[in-house]
Amino acid sequence: MRTHITLDDLDDLAVGAAILGTGGGGDPYMGKLMTRAAIEAHGPVRLIPLDELPDAFNIVACGAMGAPTILIEKLPSGEEMGRALDLYERYTGRTLDALIPFEAGGINSTIPLMAAAKRGLPVVDADGMGRAFPQLEMETFNVYGVPAAPVAIADERGNTGILEVKSAAKSEWIARGLTIRMGGQSFIANYGMDGATCRRVSVPGTVSLALGIGRTMREAKAQHRDGLESLIEFFAGTHYEEAKVVGSGKVVDVSRRVQNGWSVGIVTIEPFRRGEEPIRIQIQNENLVAEQAGEILAIVPDLISLLDVDTGEAITTERLRYGQRVNILAVRVPPIMRTPEALDVFGPKAFGLDHAYRPLGLLPQR
Amino acid sequence: MRIGIDVGGTNTDAALMDGITVKGACKTPTTADVSSGIIAVLKEVLRMTGVAASEIQAVMIGTTHFTNAVVERKRLLEVAAIRLGLPATRALPPMTDWPNDLATTLGRHTFMVHGGHEFDGREIAPLDEKEILRIAGEIKARGIRTASVTSVFSPVTPVMEQRAAEILLNEVPGLAISLSHEIGRVGFLERENASIMNACLADLSAKVVSSFRSALKELAIEAPFFISQNDGTLMTPDYVERYPVLTFASGPTNSMRGAAMLAGRKEAMVVDIGGTTSDVGMLMQGFPRESAVAVDIGGVRTNFRMPDVLAVGLGGGSLVRDDGARIGPDSVGYEITSKALVFGGDTLTTTDIIVAAGLEDIGDRARVAHVPAKTIATALDTIHRMVDEAVDRMKTSAEPLPVILVGGGSILVSRQLPSASEVIRPENASVANAIGAAIAQVGGEVDRIFSLEGTSRDVVLDGAKAEAADRATKAGADPSTVKIVDIEEVPLAYLPGSATRIRVKAVGDLVMA
Repeated sequence: MRTHITLDDLDDLAVGAAILGTGGGGDPYMGKLMTRAAIEAHGPVRLIPLDELPDAFNIVACGAMGAPTILIEKLPSGEEMGRALDLYERYTGRTLDALIPFEAGGINSTIPLMAAAKRGLPVVDADGMGRAFPQLEMETFNVYGVPAAPVAIADERGNTGILEVKSAAKSEWIARGLTIRMGGQSFIANYGMDGATCRRVSVPGTVSLALGIGRTMREAKAQHRDGLESLIEFFAGTHYEEAKVVGSGKVVDVSRRVQNGWSVGIVTIEPFRRGEEPIRIQIQNENLVAEQAGEILAIVPDLISLLDVDTGEAITTERLRYGQRVNILAVRVPPIMRTPEALDVFGPKAFGLDHAYRPLGLLPQR
Repeated sequence: MRIGIDVGGTNTDAALMDGITVKGACKTPTTADVSSGIIAVLKEVLRMTGVAASEIQAVMIGTTHFTNAVVERKRLLEVAAIRLGLPATRALPPMTDWPNDLATTLGRHTFMVHGGHEFDGREIAPLDEKEILRIAGEIKARGIRTASVTSVFSPVTPVMEQRAAEILLNEVPGLAISLSHEIGRVGFLERENASIMNACLADLSAKVVSSFRSALKELAIEAPFFISQNDGTLMTPDYVERYPVLTFASGPTNSMRGAAMLAGRKEAMVVDIGGTTSDVGMLMQGFPRESAVAVDIGGVRTNFRMPDVLAVGLGGGSLVRDDGARIGPDSVGYEITSKALVFGGDTLTTTDIIVAAGLEDIGDRARVAHVPAKTIATALDTIHRMVDEAVDRMKTSAEPLPVILVGGGSILVSRQLPSASEVIRPENASVANAIGAAIAQVGGEVDRIFSLEGTSRDVVLDGAKAEAADRATKAGADPSTVKIVDIEEVPLAYLPGSATRIRVKAVGDLVMA
């Protein structure tokens, strides 16, 4: 059982977080560098398994909000997250005992680790998305009744704010507006809860999961084994259980536009196997649904990740280009993310899709 | 008439071209001082073609010199790496994630200053000019001769980088300064890395350019000369002196463009078959399609656009196993002349198969007489299948494309390929690099974030296109030949006002005197 996150874990974590990003969540590279600096200065971060979390622990979820394209240019000061957490503690009048990532995919897998290293706090081995999602209300914390407010928000210039909002959806709406005024990038602490609640409402083991994905890919490469096959075996031993390659081919078209601030589009992939119909993947920051000849191969909240055929690296939606050769990996989300109330918040309907959710592995065999 | 020269690690090649006709081409070994190798190859190409030095209108040089210097950590200057962006960016200081030896070679003189802009051009903080003055003092005190300046969102507005340079130059006359907005695109760390690497090459670039200059002078070639950059376009010597980093990876680009010219195609797949691997890359409008992933140079992450090349383990020395069903990825490599069956060795290679099949006459044919006909047939099928699959993987549409074969191993392919509309084997393919340099064009590029609010996409795009074309013309392109070769739009998620990152690239033919 892993008890600490050390410097040696960060490469694996970034690889795993990119795959859990399902095309979104931002490039974990930057977060990896920041976390490395924090761990070098302050030492490893203790990781607490969800089922060992003391009932009375005071926990808050945290991470970054904004456009990945901003983050790759305007690097953080590194103090933003700490400032939001300070404000949160001051406002609630209580000291924090542990942090939990609000998002397991992309750069937000690393931000809580960086902040925890600096504060000497442990991180809970769990999160509220089990992957990456585009909006703050798309959290199992919200699904299972934890209020989003108060929300503490901070930028690199020392501007901070506390939001008291009526609903998780409102917190997203208002925080997003502030984020834009903060230059397109902010750091947020919200969904405060106690340990007992955290155990009930979180997607367990997702920090370890990201590490395990990275380790599996690394070891497969070192042993010249097929990384995807190893990955599928690895998922089979987790509560995600079902993973499979639903297609392989070449990106032949990427059409993108912005709609209400979201980057939406359709990627068309022509299968390597001749005579197969093209596969279309609908995107809203993350990959939402993969279809072929009118049949759904995988659909949100299940994970859809595009991996470079040669390197196995996950390709984010903003980096998708004509001509890339990809494997389409789909992974079924764990049971806590498949309940009717969870699907109301981040199922196909929440993204305006007409299709019903059909969990991967329960699809008709092709 | 023009001459293209490729200064490689092993050979210096030259090709003399009249328009698109190759009048003559030759190779000599690269020399340590570079210039004597260039002189030798120039003399030879002029001699063999009987062309007078006065008839040469332009000389184009492609070189791996600067890349090699960074990879070998040699001939590099210490750099003052100045960043404008505080209070943002503090989490990752300059040269974070650099290999330790390279960072140490460059002296780790890093400075972070208040300044920088937001994506929409507002200031993060005003430029701290006092701090720049203090850094100028440090630069003098430490005897540093070159500096890089990188400001947040300088591709959107370069004013702070320019102002900082002005102050520095005023305080430290003669300081070589690399400004990031002239080197890279959005993507801060990568652009900063490239700017620092550029700065450390300031001395070497002046030396290399002057050795090129003196070589031409010695042969009384008065024509202007240019150096090719990684996107297959040309830079003037003055520009290379200031921006040597832009020559990184010009080699594969020149090779592919040379192949395109030799074959007379602009839309094609180039397959360069060597002894161990085949490199497959796609030409679009005569330029290599670029890779979308980050590229490490000398262990440093950059976002240069490199040709997207797929390497597969098939070459003239590849091992043949399983009665021809399995080929490579291992190869006898340069030992082919002792290890292949036809050369008296004991290893069955692809070259042996070609000889056994009667397709080429290399070495001693009697030594492959025992290879079973079935093995030969299977191996030929495998070879063609491997090339065909590689071509197919690199294609961007299902339409068959012409395939241009270059390299010594191109004898392996004797049949049509299902993925190809035709297979072309041009002459002079061994000096494709030098030819690629000779035919290089002049380019101009725009890459920044535009707001579409209160305007239309067409207006913004037209503006960006005009700006790219104008940059190409200013760089020496004939305005009547300038055209837009690439447009890329990436809308920025989570931002209002339809902020869109737009990149436009224009190229044109060099104005010839």
